[in-house]
Amino acid sequence: MPLIENGHIVEDKYVRVSDEDALPEGVPVLVGVDRFLKEAEALKGRQAPVGVIWPNNRPIAEIAPYLGQLSLIALNFPIFRDGRAYSQARLLRERLGWTGPLRAIGNVLRDQFLLMQRSGFDQIEAVKEADAEAFDEAVHRYTVFYQPATDERPSLLRQRLGRTLTGAAR
Amino acid sequence: MYAYDEFDRAFLAERVADFRDQVARRLSGALNEDEFKPLRLMNGVYLQLHAYMLRIAIPYGTLSAHQLRRMAHVARTYDRGYGHFTTRQNIQFNWIKLEELPEAMAALGEVGVHGIQTSGNCIRNVTTDQWAGATPEECDDPRIWAEILRQYSTLHPEFTYLPRKFKIAIAASPHDRAAIKVHDVGLRLHRNAAGELGFEVLVGGGLGRTPFVGKSIRAFLPARELLSYIEAIMRVYNQYGRRDNIYKARIKILVHEIGAEAFAKAVEAEWEAIREGALHLSDEMIAEIRGRFIYPAYETLEDRPAELVEALKDERFATWFANSVHAHKVPGYSIVTISLKPVGAPPGDATADQMDVIADLADAYGFHEVRVGHEQNLCLPNIAQKDLPALWAALDAAGLATPNVNHISDIIACPGLDYCALANARAIPVAQEIAKRFADLDRSRGIGRLHVNISGCINACGHHHVGHIGILGVEKNGQEFYQITLGGRADEQAQLGTLLGPAVPYEQVPGLIEDVVDTYMELRAGPQELFIDTVARLGVEPFKERVYAAH
Repeated sequence: MPLIENGHIVEDKYVRVSDEDALPEGVPVLVGVDRFLKEAEALKGRQAPVGVIWPNNRPIAEIAPYLGQLSLIALNFPIFRDGRAYSQARLLRERLGWTGPLRAIGNVLRDQFLLMQRSGFDQIEAVKEADAEAFDEAVHRYTVFYQPATDERPSLLRQRLGRTLTGAAR
Repeated sequence: MYAYDEFDRAFLAERVADFRDQVARRLSGALNEDEFKPLRLMNGVYLQLHAYMLRIAIPYGTLSAHQLRRMAHVARTYDRGYGHFTTRQNIQFNWIKLEELPEAMAALGEVGVHGIQTSGNCIRNVTTDQWAGATPEECDDPRIWAEILRQYSTLHPEFTYLPRKFKIAIAASPHDRAAIKVHDVGLRLHRNAAGELGFEVLVGGGLGRTPFVGKSIRAFLPARELLSYIEAIMRVYNQYGRRDNIYKARIKILVHEIGAEAFAKAVEAEWEAIREGALHLSDEMIAEIRGRFIYPAYETLEDRPAELVEALKDERFATWFANSVHAHKVPGYSIVTISLKPVGAPPGDATADQMDVIADLADAYGFHEVRVGHEQNLCLPNIAQKDLPALWAALDAAGLATPNVNHISDIIACPGLDYCALANARAIPVAQEIAKRFADLDRSRGIGRLHVNISGCINACGHHHVGHIGILGVEKNGQEFYQITLGGRADEQAQLGTLLGPAVPYEQVPGLIEDVVDTYMELRAGPQELFIDTVARLGVEPFKERVYAAH
């Protein structure tokens, strides 16, 4: 599945490793939450980057103690209609201060790209090749945004006053 | 009226282009029906029993004459010459062909009307009092706050795929005409002891198969903190609302399962973290939105002018005046309700010709403004009293002056089995037959205020739980049966009705309702005691005995 980072289709450097398989040496790995939590102490000593797939039914605040040892957080959309990970993403960015890569995985479709970007995802693993190719168009479909979110697109609430969200926060 | 600016217009054009592209991808097969469905729903497009249905939002119930005329055009050109006003300040067109849908949408889009978020698991059209801005009762114009919420919730990145649909209503008068206690979030705008504007916040109300009256989780929320508090509610719901069962996914189930107190605690904790953030509404922001509402240039007039006094000598006019004309905050003006419940017609339907007539009258007498209320009637909120006789004559000629507002024949009904793919039973013919039985206006005036609500299935679009008399269609062995409840109400004293007894077949419903009413007429303490008060005083038992003895 194509991975989009900052608008470009890129190669996925992370190897997804199941709970049973041994972790390959020297390459970035993406592991499930159960394994990560069980092996968190041991994983601290690992030389290569570690990412975790955090499920959407687990409170995202529980990830806080581990942020320092993570290089990637992947949030899951089991079906595109299940929007829990949007809240998790915003909380990670706005509450927990996560500035590292944040990846949307699962049933990720083109009509959700913009919402994901606005909620703080900077990596998107698209299900369909054609969707990935249309990424740029999909996230530029709108020029007008009513509400402030995680991204720094100016929201109308403030734009109407000649200010941007970042301007107002400053 | 709220005046769209260049931002709103740009957004709408982008939204139309977005949907056009989604339709094209559906037709090309790039999107399958499962993927396409939520996208079309969020643009108001349903697949109904016989055809596609287009649901159009009338934000906080306010329409311009120009917009209503365009709806008439759509009804005439793309539908079968009529539209159906719903209980949530929307209008539905039931017979639009899929291939003509984009054209119809574009025609509506030109006048700033759309179906965005009239369906789907998102924040729906925010509703309020149809008398907003005109009634002397209100503490502030609730549409300002509904508009702020409309903007906030439009294509919200975080809350577009909620567990289930989400409905917000606002009331700003002591008398609640927006049914806020049966909404996912109900907001009661009022002033505190210090004179500050704020909201009482209720959550978890709703009808459907598991009805609840909303619970108050905050007595006073300063108005300027509205958005951060709503965001906190939405965030708690989005994360913790149930997604395993569509029938348990509304916020009311979450609130019920964890308790209002625990829910409130979670909201307050989330709110503390964001209340000083980007959603804090400054005075300038509120003033900016407020400034986009254009109010009529009222003349200095006196109450009860000579023209009105003279016209009141006509009994038919006087009857209509007593029933359909309400007090206005400006001297010499009135609020006029237009009954869309003429005896024998489907409740809430208006023909294209009637829409044109109402639009013309709004232009001539009403500062170009029309309102839609949750009772499925229309309203002209700003009519000079001296113009009432001429207005009435024109409404009467168009079949729009039935003086039955709040009478037993002013029935709220869903489309039912005549249109809806979900329905188990018909609703419209039941309403029509009851209205016929009580067509004698002297009789129905004698009965007084009595709200009958009919739903064709347990999804409760006709709000039967909160009807003074509620009628619910169910299916039993392939036959239409109806359960009757008494004592429900949707106002500031909202409560759910009590079941009267076993369901009865279709043919028996009108007779049973007559028996209920006859029982009330005999048992009431006097003509001042409304039906709902008699039921409150005596319970349903005396009604049950009488009614089931007869059937």
